[in-house]
Amino acid sequence: MRRYLPFIIVVCVALLAVGGGAFLYRAKRSANATPKISKSETEPSGETIHALGPADAAVTLEEFGDFQCPPCGKLSEPINQLQKQYNLRVIYRQFPLPVHAHAKEAAFAAEAAGRQGRFWQMHDLLYREQAVWSKSTDARALFNAYAGMLQLDLNRFKKDMDGSEVQKQVEFDQRRGAGIGVKNTPTIFVNNEAVPGNEANPDGLPALIEAAIKKAKPSS
Amino acid sequence: MSRSRVQTIFYGAAALISLVGLAEATYLTVVYLSGETAVCGGSADCFQVLGSSYAKIGSIPVSGLGALAYFSAFAFATFAGFGYVRARRFFAWTVIAMFCMTLWLLFVQAFRLHAFCRYCLFSAALVFLLTGLVVARPVAETQEN
Repeated sequence: MRRYLPFIIVVCVALLAVGGGAFLYRAKRSANATPKISKSETEPSGETIHALGPADAAVTLEEFGDFQCPPCGKLSEPINQLQKQYNLRVIYRQFPLPVHAHAKEAAFAAEAAGRQGRFWQMHDLLYREQAVWSKSTDARALFNAYAGMLQLDLNRFKKDMDGSEVQKQVEFDQRRGAGIGVKNTPTIFVNNEAVPGNEANPDGLPALIEAAIKKAKPSS
Repeated sequence: MSRSRVQTIFYGAAALISLVGLAEATYLTVVYLSGETAVCGGSADCFQVLGSSYAKIGSIPVSGLGALAYFSAFAFATFAGFGYVRARRFFAWTVIAMFCMTLWLLFVQAFRLHAFCRYCLFSAALVFLLTGLVVARPVAETQEN
């Protein structure tokens, strides 16, 4: 038996390495295999909006968010879940707050990714990695790394991040927010009605959305 | 302590170190194949290194070659530990090849990319440990004699 033991050990380790690698690969692929349709729509003003879900959805949830704001980060995944559960239309608006050092740059990164059809992937990644880049002294390098992870054209991404178009887009969203009274993030509107701050959380939103659905379809 | 026991401990330690290296290199290969880029927490150096042209040879990721090398080192160390004499020589040559490759990769990080990837540094530390074991081996055997 001892004679065969090294063979058994080596074969077991080989199987474990290949099996473990394959399992990890499948897990990573399935995590990345849900590409959201990064729909950019043009508004009458010529600006673009980032929307998920059908344009004729019964309920539209519009969020004014700041990628560096922790409550926005906590709300990101629940909103994704709600979008799928209720087939909502979700619109994301940039509202980087001046108190957050890297928020504006993060907004530019999301917009630059959006120019390559990956706004929502960058949006999710920025919120998921918020704790990392928020504390980094070189957030820009991390945003470039995230662009690499999303397999974006890096040169184009860098150029777009510094370009005036994404900056105008962010400013447009900020102006729009300021115009309708947005002061903090996250500020959420459900069918154009502002959600009170104390209800803009994962526990409060489902009830509001269900009420909005009932209101939109009173006969059903 | 008998000579065979010393050798078993020595090659057991080498196999264990190789196993850790194999796990790390396998992880990096999976990350590469799944289209991601490893990002070390708070630093973009990993991206600079692992996303560079030095991180692959043709279409083969260097991490994949590393996994193969660690697996070979593990296999030879295991066989050597069980008394296969020829495996000791194969183990030593494999580790020397890994050491040379590690020196080249450290040079690339220091002088060409000006960025250090933590995964690569960890792997370099493992290879240095293995090299240390290979260098110490004859000494241990001489002392035994």
